[in-house]
Amino acid sequence: MAITKETVKYVANLARIELKPQELEKMSGQLKDILGFIDKLGKVDIKNISPTSHILPINNVLRNDHPQESLSADKALENAPHREGNFFVVPKVIE
Amino acid sequence: MDKAELNKLTAHVLLESLNKQEIKPEDILSALSKRIKEVDSKVKSYIRMDKFGELKNTRTQEQANSILKRIPVSIKDNICTEGYNTECCSRILEGFKPPYDATVIKKLKQAGSLILDIKTNMDEFAFGSSTENSFFGPTHNPWNLDCVPGGSSGGSAAAVAADEAIAALGSDTGGSIRQPASFCGVVGLKPTYGRVSRYGLIAFASSLDQIGPLTKDVRDNAILMNAIAGYDPKDSTSVDLAVPDYTACLGRDIKGIKIAIPQEYFIEGLEDEVKSIVEEAVHKLKELGAGSEQVSLPHTEYAVPVYYIIATAEASSNLARFDGVQYGFRAKSQEPRANNLIEMYKQTRGEGFGDEAKRRIILGTFALSHGYYDAYYLCALKVRTLIKQDFDRVFKEFNCIVTPTSPTPAFKIGEKIEDPLKMYLSDIYTISANLAGIPAISVPCGFTKKGMPVGLQILAKPFNEELLFQVAYAYEQSTPWHKMKPKI
Amino acid sequence: MEYETVIGLEVHVHLKTKTKAFCGCSTEFGNEANSQVCPVCLGFPGSLPVLNKVALDYAIKVALALNCTVQEYTKFDRKNYFYPDLPKNYQISQYDLPLSKDGFLDIYSGEQNKRIGIRRVHLEEDAGKLIHKEDVSLVDFNRTGIPLLEIVSQPDINSPQEAYEYLTTLKSILEYLEVSDCDMEKGSLRCDANVSIRKKGQVELGTKTELKNMNSFKAAKDALAFEIERQTELLGGGGSIIQETRLWNVKELKTYAMRTKEEAMDYRYFPEPDLPPFIINPEKITEIQKTIPELPREKMLRFVRDYGLSEQDAKILVFSKRDAGYSEECLEAYPQKFKKPIANWLIGPLLQEANSRNCNIADLKVPIQALVELINFVERDAISNLAAKTVLQEMIDTGKPASNIIAEKNLAQISDANILNTQAEEVIKENPKSVQDYRSGKGNALMFLVGQVMKKTQGKANPKVVQEILKKLLKN
Repeated sequence: MAITKETVKYVANLARIELKPQELEKMSGQLKDILGFIDKLGKVDIKNISPTSHILPINNVLRNDHPQESLSADKALENAPHREGNFFVVPKVIE
Repeated sequence: MDKAELNKLTAHVLLESLNKQEIKPEDILSALSKRIKEVDSKVKSYIRMDKFGELKNTRTQEQANSILKRIPVSIKDNICTEGYNTECCSRILEGFKPPYDATVIKKLKQAGSLILDIKTNMDEFAFGSSTENSFFGPTHNPWNLDCVPGGSSGGSAAAVAADEAIAALGSDTGGSIRQPASFCGVVGLKPTYGRVSRYGLIAFASSLDQIGPLTKDVRDNAILMNAIAGYDPKDSTSVDLAVPDYTACLGRDIKGIKIAIPQEYFIEGLEDEVKSIVEEAVHKLKELGAGSEQVSLPHTEYAVPVYYIIATAEASSNLARFDGVQYGFRAKSQEPRANNLIEMYKQTRGEGFGDEAKRRIILGTFALSHGYYDAYYLCALKVRTLIKQDFDRVFKEFNCIVTPTSPTPAFKIGEKIEDPLKMYLSDIYTISANLAGIPAISVPCGFTKKGMPVGLQILAKPFNEELLFQVAYAYEQSTPWHKMKPKI
Repeated sequence: MEYETVIGLEVHVHLKTKTKAFCGCSTEFGNEANSQVCPVCLGFPGSLPVLNKVALDYAIKVALALNCTVQEYTKFDRKNYFYPDLPKNYQISQYDLPLSKDGFLDIYSGEQNKRIGIRRVHLEEDAGKLIHKEDVSLVDFNRTGIPLLEIVSQPDINSPQEAYEYLTTLKSILEYLEVSDCDMEKGSLRCDANVSIRKKGQVELGTKTELKNMNSFKAAKDALAFEIERQTELLGGGGSIIQETRLWNVKELKTYAMRTKEEAMDYRYFPEPDLPPFIINPEKITEIQKTIPELPREKMLRFVRDYGLSEQDAKILVFSKRDAGYSEECLEAYPQKFKKPIANWLIGPLLQEANSRNCNIADLKVPIQALVELINFVERDAISNLAAKTVLQEMIDTGKPASNIIAEKNLAQISDANILNTQAEEVIKENPKSVQDYRSGKGNALMFLVGQVMKKTQGKANPKVVQEILKKLLKN
């Protein structure tokens, strides 16, 4: 199916990725080719076929409700680009 | 034994010498350091080398009967190593030091391994088949520096091939261990999905990823699997099945083993030289007593499109966490735009991800989005069922399947990078194993006239790595390929 | 134009497990920021979730208590959206195959019972907490990953009062099951509402608005009342309702539209690949069913049946599980067949004392026999009702038995006719005008005279006896 530049822009926004105009142009073209190729899946007869989301025949993987050691706040925040005390800092969420 | 050449030996030979106390671990590290200094500026197997001095002999939590006593193992940059940078060769994870070890790292340490603190190069987030998508630039194939080593575990494969590593770990989502193994003339195994813990592997496609060893020969691969395989309560998708001694099956003959040759893998697109080399390898297997027959895996042609929907969909979700909040790169806000959160996300991810990453995330997001989910994602999940059923049918009658690992030998750097679709199609033989969750190994099976390695892929039913090792070892020991080294 | 209201409630409840839904971090409330976190709940690269067994058990328990059908096959899904309190930028939740659905909850609406349908009950993980400052927001991930139960009602609720009833009944049930603290102040119970109005008799629903930020049951009731009025006025004036999210402002007592224009969120749900599905077999359901105690409604009906209480009285007594246990023991211990007197004491003075001390009746720790004894004192006129309340307070404060307190404080009621006669005669002598008033037909005057005798006896005279004595004396 044809994927328009508008769709690519919309999807990039959903994915929170900023594309520069040249990127948008180039990527739209490439995605169009890729989706064109992927479209051959439409030929497969999938009536009455159930989807495989999990390839292993396992179920009910559970763990006991026993406390484990947590990270210290320092370890948790060690990689933080911006930190204030024991908090991660982000730009204001504009509401 | 020339101590300066210890880096050229396999792990099992080195273990023997260590046990006999003919050599010390420092000797191995010293030889490796020397080799890395000698060739890595050309091969670029390793990354973040600006501060590289010597390889450190760090203490390990060795247990009494450790099977990898002080053997150094090189690690791909997407496997978490506590306190050492793990960045998936992406700008967006620059500087990230995980506060924990991946389970496989813990297991290697328990087995006595030395984990190198320099990581091997890869395509960013494992998105690629050539290691050209690395933020640090490409790795060069030791057999021909103008060629790619394959990807995404190109750094690991090249390091092993160039004797810059004794053995290495890689990851495989669509062929990322096997294809570089085949391009670099080394042995690479993708275990059954669930055989090796994914805890600590920075996820690309959660239902397809597996960690596996890249080694100089089949025995080393089996030894490494003994160390890393097994149930992990931290990974809900790891299977609670006992790990056999994978070395026990080495040396068993393969008389009567039934091999299936899928006709769909020997069609247009497969280079003639590769075809004849692989056919010779099959012939050799028959000489060793195996029987072979042609079969059909009718849904093979759909594997690549199915993969590129499922893998990118899962990746788009797995990579959503890279947003500059907790770790890695955060874009500096640009005035006069308001300093707000959404802009930070978009800029960070726009600047932090490379082109292929952005392409896949957008493709994956699209496949999951409202209105397209059924036609793309759900449809792909259903065709995945059909692909799995193809394999189930064949394994009822046959012990294993044999194919070329890749339709071509290693291509030139730059040759396919501008054409993503062409790049995707080079995964055509490896992708199905990930979709079906089955184990697959690539072993060297010859060289093209231009001297480039060709790989033979063997696939088996779930949790039958033993058979893979048995067949691969039988083949390897009756051929000279594993003893050949690049002239670098 | 007559409108009717249609309300659906979505309640999120923290499950009281020791550890989080998918990792072993503690779920304790109120500790230092980012001190109860690990690679899993922080969503660090490479981390993987593993479901907490007890969270699943609790979820099944609630589903059964709410009369839902527990699904044999259930799975988790990823709900994808970007927000700083969501470390992976997706939430592990349940979409198309939730743990349970199609249940109900019975509430009181006016004097009648009403059944509110429950669409689904499913499990998911909570997000972190954001603290907004001027230019930045601070993020604390302690709460991230705490197991959450989402309980969605059908749009069967038709008034703010019914909504309030639904919430209090739900809370009561959850408390009985001991699966949650249900403390709205600590954030372990949160409620959002969808509300619309439509012309009476109309079948199709009106445009709904979503209400958030209601931090107590009362706030929910008030917010709904305000919103219904707002919508009624708007429609009445010829306007139309915009489908939007509105926040309740508890200071100004108004709902406000959220300032961001909300695009319809595309959550791109897909099955969570890191968690294999769950099969819940009938044996498991039976096992958990056995752990469900008698629930508030059953207990209330049983109190009515076994102890002759009114539904209204019984309802108050069963609201809290601990109080219900205590009350039942009291009802059993009370020797008479007619239980209303002790029920009145529980609903009256004891509940009052509990409320003033901000605790439960059971927390007052009044031994059951001691209470029965106290009531007995009143019933045989040994002390007055009023004095008894004072004795009760002392019993709670000091733990001393009633008899001691009555003796110490000299609260014994005087019923001795001789003593009272003397007092009555004195009062008659001292209050001639009142006597005259009484004799000329003013009934109040008698009560005044009784009061005077009470005063003379420091409140200890038995007022009934005093009244009779005065009447006799004043007859001649």
